[in-house]
Formats: sequence, structure tokens, C-alpha cells
Amino acid sequence: MLWLGLAVVLVVLIITNLAFGAVSIGPGDAVRALLGNGDRMAVTIVREIRLPRIALAMLVGCALGASGAALQGTLRNALAEPYLLGVSGGAAVGAVIAFTLGVIDAAVVPLAAFAGSIGAVMLVLGLAKAAGGARDPRVLLMAGVIIGAFANALILILLADQPPDRVRGALWWMAGSLTDASWPRVAWLAVYDALGIGLLLTRGRLLDVLALGDESATALGADVGRTTRQVFLISALLAAASVAAAGLIGFVGLVIPNIVRAFGVTRHRALIASAAFGGAALLLLADLIARTVRSPLELPLGAITALIGVPVFLARLRRVR
Amino acid sequence: MSDERSLHFDDVTLAYSVGGPPVVQGVQITAAPNSITAIVGPNGSGKSSLVRGLLGLMPERHGRIVAGGLELMRSDARARSRAIAVMPQRESLAFAMTVRDYVALGRAPFMGVWDALGARDVTIMNDAMDRADVTTFATRRTDELSGGEWQRVRLARTLAQNTPIIVLDEPTTFLDIAHEMATFETLAREAQAGRTIVLVSHTLTLVARFADQMVLMHAGRVAAAGSPRDVMQAGTLEQVYGWPLVVSHDPAVGAPTLVPLRRPR
Repeated sequence: MLWLGLAVVLVVLIITNLAFGAVSIGPGDAVRALLGNGDRMAVTIVREIRLPRIALAMLVGCALGASGAALQGTLRNALAEPYLLGVSGGAAVGAVIAFTLGVIDAAVVPLAAFAGSIGAVMLVLGLAKAAGGARDPRVLLMAGVIIGAFANALILILLADQPPDRVRGALWWMAGSLTDASWPRVAWLAVYDALGIGLLLTRGRLLDVLALGDESATALGADVGRTTRQVFLISALLAAASVAAAGLIGFVGLVIPNIVRAFGVTRHRALIASAAFGGAALLLLADLIARTVRSPLELPLGAITALIGVPVFLARLRRVR
Repeated sequence: MSDERSLHFDDVTLAYSVGGPPVVQGVQITAAPNSITAIVGPNGSGKSSLVRGLLGLMPERHGRIVAGGLELMRSDARARSRAIAVMPQRESLAFAMTVRDYVALGRAPFMGVWDALGARDVTIMNDAMDRADVTTFATRRTDELSGGEWQRVRLARTLAQNTPIIVLDEPTTFLDIAHEMATFETLAREAQAGRTIVLVSHTLTLVARFADQMVLMHAGRVAAAGSPRDVMQAGTLEQVYGWPLVVSHDPAVGAPTLVPLRRPR
């Protein structure tokens, strides 16, 4: 049922995203244009501009949704997600360092972002440990928010001596944006997504077992420390790839796994897979809103996901306490 | 001595930090198949540390804990989980799931990455749920269970590992008399079926009725070990617990019964 629902929602959102934007085409014409028929202009808009953007949105959403589901599992915490844990912030620092050095290759920027996100993970875990509990959800989130703020500050300093147009571009990207969607970028993100999500799926049952706590998980054969490190690394890679492609987009990894869980999905393999598709749907919805609400002006995507995510976070926070 | 189904603690010393003060010192215990071994003792006497120790979770560890040819403190977690099932004292589920899905996690040690539950796994699971008496609420969610039900569900998950050795840390905490008795009866049946049952417990009197061997821990060492009659001695218990008490004999079943006294005012 959930899968069918997700498929329908995705198809509807894809068609809507193809049809609406600065120029409205209409769903029927949009599908025709996608198949290469009808108005030349419409074909160009749909195939060259909107389709890569939709593909990028979906891949970013997949990465964030899966990453959030996996992080929640390994931290035993329904509030965990790459943005709130500072992982995305660290990735942004890595990517901005690459930009300031003039690196813009769609294959290489994710690696710089990955290095940044790993740095952030180590800082967050170290900070939480020093504050008395890497396994305490609240301490960990606080550490994540602190490192996220620190990352923001670093980025602003890094951008201080950059030319104004580059600063503007970087700031726009920090607020989350899919405007630079291109097929090479889509292709590289697809590679990182396939690798990261594939690896996470192999850790599904270990994550199920980890939900029981360290002692029981160990008794059921899980190496808790190793699994946690692996899942953190893979989730950081996914978050980094999405940051490199579309900037900082928060709360997707928080909202989607919680919604999927509310539909009764409890096993992590199914949870990660459905959170990936759910993340794709949420990003399509958010981008549709970003592109159409004040068209032709485009709103920052990260702001839209935050507007959706904050109420969910607050509702969830009440249940966690 | 080298029966594959026995559990040996051989001169075990444990500490919570490397080089830290030992919480368990030179402990020697052999738990045999077809029997229940109860490890008892006051709070902080090292009972639960022994359980953490055999899971390899104690940073400082000396000696050996051997089961099924494995040295448990230093073995791979997965190999260990196939040889011995452990039910830790506390467990809080991060995310609720159905009882059935939860019990199925007991089969995790035997499943490959992409395996689904096989027919044999399902048979073992169903059997474990029957023995722990949780089959009637198999479809309920873990966050809807009473304390007693949750404890039985955890027992079912532990039985679902289907190992020759089972270790349980305080399996009857939070249980009322009926559920407590039912749990001990279940464990007694498991022992009769040939398993090696080791349980850590606070309920001395009840344990004395079910255990074949009792090990009394005090300040990290074995203070007394043997049959319940040997261990349930007022003098030893008074010294270990630091409280005046008498040991009488239960008129109904003849087992040694501990009665703590009120201190004279």
C-alpha cells in the first residue's frame, strides 16, 4: 500500500513539476513534450530544463531520506538527520573550500564535501563524548547544531575575499537550490546515491538489531561500534553528495523517515528504501513550491523544506521527551 | 569439563576501565547442561558485570569465559550470538515494532545480509513464542505491552536464538508473582530439555527453589557456591548482604527460604 501510494505520488509530482514553473505548459502537453511531441519550445523546456532538475531533485531527496533513516537507526533517535547533526554543514565547508580553489567538477566536489562531512561527524561525536554521552540523543543533537553553526561561520569567512558574484552564488547555494541542474551533475549524484543507498541496504538488519540498545544488539551478534561507524560514513557520503549537488537542504532526513514509520514500516531495509523514495517526493514538492509560489522569482529550497520540517520536528520532540 | 553445552568462567577478572579497579575478581563458575545456575548477590557485587563481560563489553578483562569452544570475551559478536543467547537486564527499544518482528530478531545471528526468514526460522520462532507464552499477542506492537508482557516477549526473542546456552540478567524484574513463577517454570523446562540456563537474580528465595546450583557473589568475588542448601546459609548471607536475616524452610516445598529481619530499634 505504502509503495503503491509512493509510486502514485511520485508520478503525479513528476508530471506537475514538468508542467509548472515560470512557464506553465499543462500536464497533458508536458507529457507529450517529454515524449518529444508538440511545441518545440515546450519540448526544450521540459526535456532540457525541467527533466534534469526533476532528476536532480529526486536524487537529492533519495540521498537525504535514506541518510536520515539510517542515522536515526544507528543513533536510536527519531530526531537525527544529516542537517541537524552538522554533517551537511561540514559537507558545505568542504564544498566551499573546493569552490574557492576553483574546483567545480561534478565528480570532485562531492569528495571535498565528503571530507568536510567526515570532519563534522568526528567533531560532533567527539564533542558529544566530551559532554558526556555520544549515545544521548539530546547531547548529540546539541553538538550537531553547534558544529552546524560553526560550519556556517567558516563558510562566511571563506567567502569574505571572494568576488561578489561568487559570494552571491555561494549564499544562494547554501540556502539550497536546484537551479544548476545539469545531466553530468545528475549522473554523478546517481552514482553516489546508488553506492551509498546500496551499502545502507546491506546494513538493514544490523540497524534493526541496533534499535534494541548496545547490550542486546551485541548479544544478537552486531558489532555496535563498527556498524555505527560504517553507517555514519555512508550517511555522510550521501549527505555530502547531495550538498555538493544542491546545497544545504535540511529536515528531509527528519520528516520522511518519521512519516514512513507512521505507516508501519519498522524494518530498516524497507525503511531506508521507502525513505529514499519519500525523500524524492518531498524534494519534488518543495521544489515545485519554490519555483511556482512567487514565479518567476525562485525561493530558496532549503527554506521551503525547513518550513515543512520545523513543525514535524516540534511534534516529534514532544513524543521523544 | 569440555562439554560443548557448558559455560565456564575461568579465573575471570573485569574492570570498567583499563587499569581501573576490578569489579569482578578471579571468578570461577561452571554451568552445566540440563541445569539452572543462579548467580545471586547484593547490588554492585559484580553479577551484571559478568554478563557484560561475556558479551565482550568490559574494557579490562582477564581470564576466560568459554562456551561451545569459543572464548566469549574475545570472540566475534556474531560467532558468540550463535553459541549463546543473552538477555540483558535492561533494554529500551528505540522504535516500536510488532511482537513477531521483534522475536524474529532472535534469528538475526543465523541470517545472511539478503536472507528472509526461512521455514526453519519461522518454526523456531513460533516454538519460542509458544514456550514464552506470547503467541496470543504476536501481532501487537511492543509499545502497547504491559511490563510483564514485554519481559516475556524479550524471553521469546532470547529463546528464538535456539542456542544450547541461555544467560538471563534479572529476567523477572517488574513481574508479579504469577508471571515470575511462569518465567521460572519456562526456564526449568528449558533446562530439562538439555539447555544450560544461567540467570542473574535478586529473588533468592524463589531462585533457591528452581536452581540446581547457586553462586553467591560479594564484592566481585564468589563468596559461596553449591546447591541452594549449601549457599542459603544465614551466616554467609547476613555477612554478604549486611543485614540480619534467618533462613527457614518452606513448609510447602521444603526449599530454603530467606526471611530478612527488621533491625531492633
